Amino acid sequence: MANVRLSRDYSVLSLAAPEVGRRTAPGQFVMVKPAGVTDPLLRRPFSVFEVLRDAAGAVTGVSILNKRAGRSTNKLYELEPGDVVSCLGPLGVPFKPVAAPTEAWMVAGGVGLAPFATLAESLSRSKTPTTLFYGARTADELFYLDFFEKLGIKLVLTTEDGGRGVKGRVTGPLEAALKNAGPSGAMVYACGPEPMLEAVAKLAARYNQPCQVSVERVMGCGLGGCYSCVVPVKHGDEHANLVRSCISGPVFDGAELVWE
Amino acid sequence: MNADLSVTLGSLTLPNPLIAASGCFGYGLEYEQVVDLSMLGGVVSKGLFMKERQGHPPPRIVETPAGMINAIGLQGIGVHRFVKEKLPLLNKAGARTFVNVCGTTLDEYVEVCKVLSQAEGVAAIELNISCPNIKEGGIQFGCSLNGTYDVVSAVKKATHLPVIPKLTPNVTDVASFARAAEDAGADAVSLVNTFLAMAIDVETRRPKITNVMGGLSGPAIRPIAVRMVWECYQLVKIPIIGMGGITDARDAIEFMLAGATAVQIGTQNFVDPFVWPKVLDGLKNYMTRHNVAKISDLIGSFDPTPPKPVHA
Repeated sequence: MANVRLSRDYSVLSLAAPEVGRRTAPGQFVMVKPAGVTDPLLRRPFSVFEVLRDAAGAVTGVSILNKRAGRSTNKLYELEPGDVVSCLGPLGVPFKPVAAPTEAWMVAGGVGLAPFATLAESLSRSKTPTTLFYGARTADELFYLDFFEKLGIKLVLTTEDGGRGVKGRVTGPLEAALKNAGPSGAMVYACGPEPMLEAVAKLAARYNQPCQVSVERVMGCGLGGCYSCVVPVKHGDEHANLVRSCISGPVFDGAELVWE
Repeated sequence: MNADLSVTLGSLTLPNPLIAASGCFGYGLEYEQVVDLSMLGGVVSKGLFMKERQGHPPPRIVETPAGMINAIGLQGIGVHRFVKEKLPLLNKAGARTFVNVCGTTLDEYVEVCKVLSQAEGVAAIELNISCPNIKEGGIQFGCSLNGTYDVVSAVKKATHLPVIPKLTPNVTDVASFARAAEDAGADAVSLVNTFLAMAIDVETRRPKITNVMGGLSGPAIRPIAVRMVWECYQLVKIPIIGMGGITDARDAIEFMLAGATAVQIGTQNFVDPFVWPKVLDGLKNYMTRHNVAKISDLIGSFDPTPPKPVHA
């Protein structure tokens, strides 16, 4: 439907997929590629960014937040309205919701913002006090701030160059907040680069707050058929098992993931 | 015309020649939400050893031109859990289940096959002597004519089920391996497994997958696989299950013309999990257009007369 370039690397690709939109729960993903080509051959996984609606409120499709990182994402960045993409979904385990008085703290790094737009809408509807901790490389890679502000989400921004918000990594302000967490506590939701996920999960554990992370893995099929996208998961004292992030995730309990 | 799509693999008759390839279809049940398993000629399970296996650390796949390289490392739940947890559900879904059997030793192949012989609802055994990704994955059997002969004969003695060794293309002359399997009593052969391959990230100078090397699959390998099926068809009498980069009915028919009795579809499940009814319709359409009453009439009906010169 549209491909809005947010920067030289990021675009929001809107797909006319009403059925996918109607069925999507926050945290789920779709597998996407340009249709009818062998390059790329396989779809790539993307968190559903927005569930799109028309003026009357009827669901018209979904969007994905695309960051150029290779051949496939470059091609998606170049698509124009009317081009056809192949989209499989929604797939995977969504975020578990949380309700007041517990707060929701969403922690996003870069393109890891993607699953939090739909989660923010859902948390806003349930009137859960919500904060978005959002880190990017530079100020012009912080996107959709108005969107979150309109939903009443508190924003805590960080940039690596200090161009906006706190200079440094998003884990700095998160740790400060965790130190001062109220008696009702907070559910920490995280999505972003793996080192950030590891740091967030360990911080949440240190301050005894529950944490859900959305992982990203190289994925072949999205349906559990290929066993490409495994992550090590540990329940209690068991030895770690490699489980498929497409059907057992992408959202996992941060305390169950084993960091390599 | 009522098209007859049935094909016969030794004692086994399938309603159509389309089989889901091992390692590309999970345990079959993963795909139940997108395809009626009873519609397929057969479903081949992921490779199973006696015991559970974790496989290789990720990344395990990388996409390459018109294909992909994988080194999953035969992650699997082991034969006992398969029989207990998956097989009853596959039977319930109406699937004809082929079990892909792995072993680190000849004894292990035999033991896994014995377990399967006592289970309810196994259609056939596909002997995995061709996984390129693990040292002890049977490739030592699949790359030696004597090894192929020995493992097939040993397994044949241990089970009443049809035994179908899956051959590797990573040998000089795959047809001689088909012959060794036939001599040892194999009921059919399936080919090809993936081509040993690797891909390097030139920016970091590192491998693109953890295992460095892996198996290449997808449309990229199809012409080589067709050639290998044709070579085997000329040398052996047992049925051949052909595979390698099949994406649609035309590709499937190409393998059948080259001598395949049935075909497997693997990587295309990742590209398009809704592929099955499309290929089935395509086969019927081809049979109507070419006035073919029985699909088995196509097997090996390739005409090697040189093509007419075409002025493009």
